[in-house]
Amino acid sequence: MMEAAINFLSQPLVFEIGVSLLKVGFILGLTIGFFAPMLAWVERKQSAVMQDRVGANRAGVFGFSVIGLLHSLADAIKLIFKEDFIPRGAERGLHTLAPVVAIIPALVAFAVIPFGGKYTLWGHEVNLVIADLDVGLLYVFAISSLATYGVVLAGWSSNNNWSLLGGLRASAQMFSYEVAMGLTIIGLVMFYQSLSLVVIVAKQENFWHWGIIWHFPAFILFLTCAVAENKRVPFDTPEAESELVAGYFTEYSGMKFIMFWTAEFLEMVTISGMCVALFMGGHHIPFVSQAMLLGLFTDLLGPNGAMLMAMLIGVGVFITKLVILLVFQMTVRWTMPRFRYDQIMKLGWKMVLPLSLVWIFVVGLGILSGVMPRP
Amino acid sequence: MSQGDNKGYGVVDSAVMARVRAKLGPLGLILHTHNQHGDDTVVVQADDILQVMEFLRHDPAMSFDMMMDLTAVDYLGAERTHPYLEPLKARFEVVYHLYSVEKNHRIRVKAPLTLENCYINSVTGIWAGADWFEREAFDLYGVVFRGHPNLKRILLYEGFEGHPLRKDYDKFKRQPLIGPVN
Amino acid sequence: MREEDREKGYDFHKKSHTDTMVINMGPSHPATHGTVKFFLTLDGEIIEDIDVEIGYLHRAFEKECEAQKWNGVFPYTDRLDYTASALNNVGYAMAAERLIGIEVPERCQYLRTIVSEMARLSGHYTNVGAGALELGALTAFIYFIEARELLWDLMESICGARLTHNYVRIGGVTSDLPSGFRENIKRIFAKNRELWVDFDTMLTKNRIFLDRMRDTGAISQKDAIEWGFTGPCLRATGVPYDVRRAQPYLVYDRVDFDIPVGSTGDNFDRYLVRMEEINQSMRIIEQCLEQMPDGPINVDDPRWRMPSKDDSSTKMEPLIFHFKQIIEGPQIPAGEVYQAVEGCNGELGYYLVSSGGGKPWKCRVRPPSFALTAAMPLLVKGAMLADLIPTFDMINLIGGECDR
Repeated sequence: MMEAAINFLSQPLVFEIGVSLLKVGFILGLTIGFFAPMLAWVERKQSAVMQDRVGANRAGVFGFSVIGLLHSLADAIKLIFKEDFIPRGAERGLHTLAPVVAIIPALVAFAVIPFGGKYTLWGHEVNLVIADLDVGLLYVFAISSLATYGVVLAGWSSNNNWSLLGGLRASAQMFSYEVAMGLTIIGLVMFYQSLSLVVIVAKQENFWHWGIIWHFPAFILFLTCAVAENKRVPFDTPEAESELVAGYFTEYSGMKFIMFWTAEFLEMVTISGMCVALFMGGHHIPFVSQAMLLGLFTDLLGPNGAMLMAMLIGVGVFITKLVILLVFQMTVRWTMPRFRYDQIMKLGWKMVLPLSLVWIFVVGLGILSGVMPRP
Repeated sequence: MSQGDNKGYGVVDSAVMARVRAKLGPLGLILHTHNQHGDDTVVVQADDILQVMEFLRHDPAMSFDMMMDLTAVDYLGAERTHPYLEPLKARFEVVYHLYSVEKNHRIRVKAPLTLENCYINSVTGIWAGADWFEREAFDLYGVVFRGHPNLKRILLYEGFEGHPLRKDYDKFKRQPLIGPVN
Repeated sequence: MREEDREKGYDFHKKSHTDTMVINMGPSHPATHGTVKFFLTLDGEIIEDIDVEIGYLHRAFEKECEAQKWNGVFPYTDRLDYTASALNNVGYAMAAERLIGIEVPERCQYLRTIVSEMARLSGHYTNVGAGALELGALTAFIYFIEARELLWDLMESICGARLTHNYVRIGGVTSDLPSGFRENIKRIFAKNRELWVDFDTMLTKNRIFLDRMRDTGAISQKDAIEWGFTGPCLRATGVPYDVRRAQPYLVYDRVDFDIPVGSTGDNFDRYLVRMEEINQSMRIIEQCLEQMPDGPINVDDPRWRMPSKDDSSTKMEPLIFHFKQIIEGPQIPAGEVYQAVEGCNGELGYYLVSSGGGKPWKCRVRPPSFALTAAMPLLVKGAMLADLIPTFDMINLIGGECDR
């Protein structure tokens, strides 16, 4: 019985499909099940720590409120039970479609981000990325642009002038910063000679080829564009609380509201994942190559066990780096005031875009003159 | 102006009052003046208010460039408070408080009005800031300011009936409630 | 439409088949503190026309006061500028005392000054913090709210209430300073100064904050005086008018403090003026505490200041005066007076008319933020919608004061 099962599972096609399903399940579970609630908790608790207060710590089960970790669960339950209304005069279909269109690109963009390396388990090769595309970067940018639709649809279909203003601001802002974001990456692509994120991460096994070392200005620019794309403070004019009540999701409540919120957090995770993959070495520990890791554990656990261990460590390192970037974004969120809408446009078109063009030339010069290595 | 100055209707003339008496007295514009508690006060006829205000604003020794406050008082039942109210049968009084930023002196100008002739010229041409103060006096007392660009109620809603700060308006009077107007 | 287009006679809206959008920034909106309605006509993000509508918090202050005895008006004055209650109390008490013609003892004057300045601190913390909040700097807001909380603990130890102090009476104050007050002040001011430095570091040189506040909501000196601006908004334009200096009252001529004055009259100058006034207020309070003499805190005339409970329960004349004050109210002689104090937002003027009875005949408050809000169209027309927010914040309209 067991023999038959293992034989069936070992067939290449079945194995591939099975592993893919496991990877998809892992990513979905990680993002929706772990990161979204965790980010809500981080937002509450980190802001509380920064502001010298306690934060939310009441939601508990059987009297155990574990430093407020269960608040996200309480939020989800509460929002599921809220009345789901569509305002009078609003476009019903688009109003319901908008949060879906907002959340799906955020999830799907994670398909090309490698959260681990290549491992050989029981003779089969496992590549810890859902889709190993040759044009992974292009895919990510294309999919993120679709997120604009969700926002604009939400703003327009709510039959509310305030939402409309939020939607308009969002469309212009997101569109402008997508252009800039694409341009900041070109230097990196020239450096690594590939558009595939898997290849880029693999080339960062050597610590001295990490993107952040050779492309620090591009890192800053990319992070700026990413935060603007994501509509987080200081670029959160589309949902500017004090001006537009809640901007484009004013007229949403219940599950749809939670989908917008989750979409925002997931976009943060996707952006951080891209930063980690492009600039911070993906799943690699500095100065530790995969061979060294395997060598450490082979004696103890055997070859498969060592591979498993290396896999777990790789995923853990990736998640750690993600968390570092997320905490950084949260810190910025609670510190900075918010830009005015025309200042954001000015920043995007008159500062970030020219600077990224200049950086492309600098990288070109660096590569041609031999100053920059060719990993 | 420390506390406890000049109890009663004093006749101590400050420089401001001397000049006002000198310039406006001969024109017959002054009804009454006093310096009670250290506040220079001059009472004029309501019809002459624009002339008086122009003088107070533009005269170089006066230069009252800020209109600090504008309000009205209803003396129904307390006409004895001021000696000039009963002869004129005046019930209301429009009170202006002026201040000169340049010279740091103040003056209070008052204009008595009767119930039937509750009209006075608006001073928005002289100080733009008088706009909202006059609207409030109209809203709460019913004093009509001729020449005001936008004399609507300001603190109360449009459907409000009556002028509540008049002494014959009952505090507990009910009002019609109206729905949202948009 | 831009000014250049309008001048050339080019109707942008007709040519591009667009129209302006009318949007109602209504009384219940996160940014309209104190419930104000802005009826905006927007051309994209630019405000073409604005109609300001107040009166949503009108609670008939004057009519109510005419029905109370002279002493019963104090809780109503608390609720005028509710971020700085004690200032309102002090103004009314001083106006009533001038009508009577009495002067309060020196210790009482020092106490009133201390409480006024603490109220001013509370008002400025609230205003500047809310300004930061509206611009998205939430942590800065919480820092000043913490400073305000510590201050309110002190106020509670003096008069029993954090927000509506009701501390001053005609002829004196309700209670003396509690024991341990000086140590508490030292400790709390040290913490507040730290928080001030934190706030300053986060925002004053922050490029984003500067971009939002510099050159927005600017007004010229001439316009400001014309519209009746007083207080920090007038001082931001460069006019050094402060009632505490121009007509010194209480003990302001005996303490040493500076009047911060701006230059351009925009929102950033208003912010800087208020931040510096916070420091100056702390200075005044510390000097007052040093200079304060011992002595009585109430005037010794039972016609105006009600005798203590002890006395009224045991002696004859205090009992009679207590009875007369409660039933008839202090019989303040007929007359009229205008008393100005420097409120949080500007000159808070009280115009009291007495007809000789135990109740005020008229109790008029000259609200500083009334004049400031009247000038909103001047400040905001032609600017972007996002500029309305810091401008309206720095004007500091307090609904209780403006609408009464």
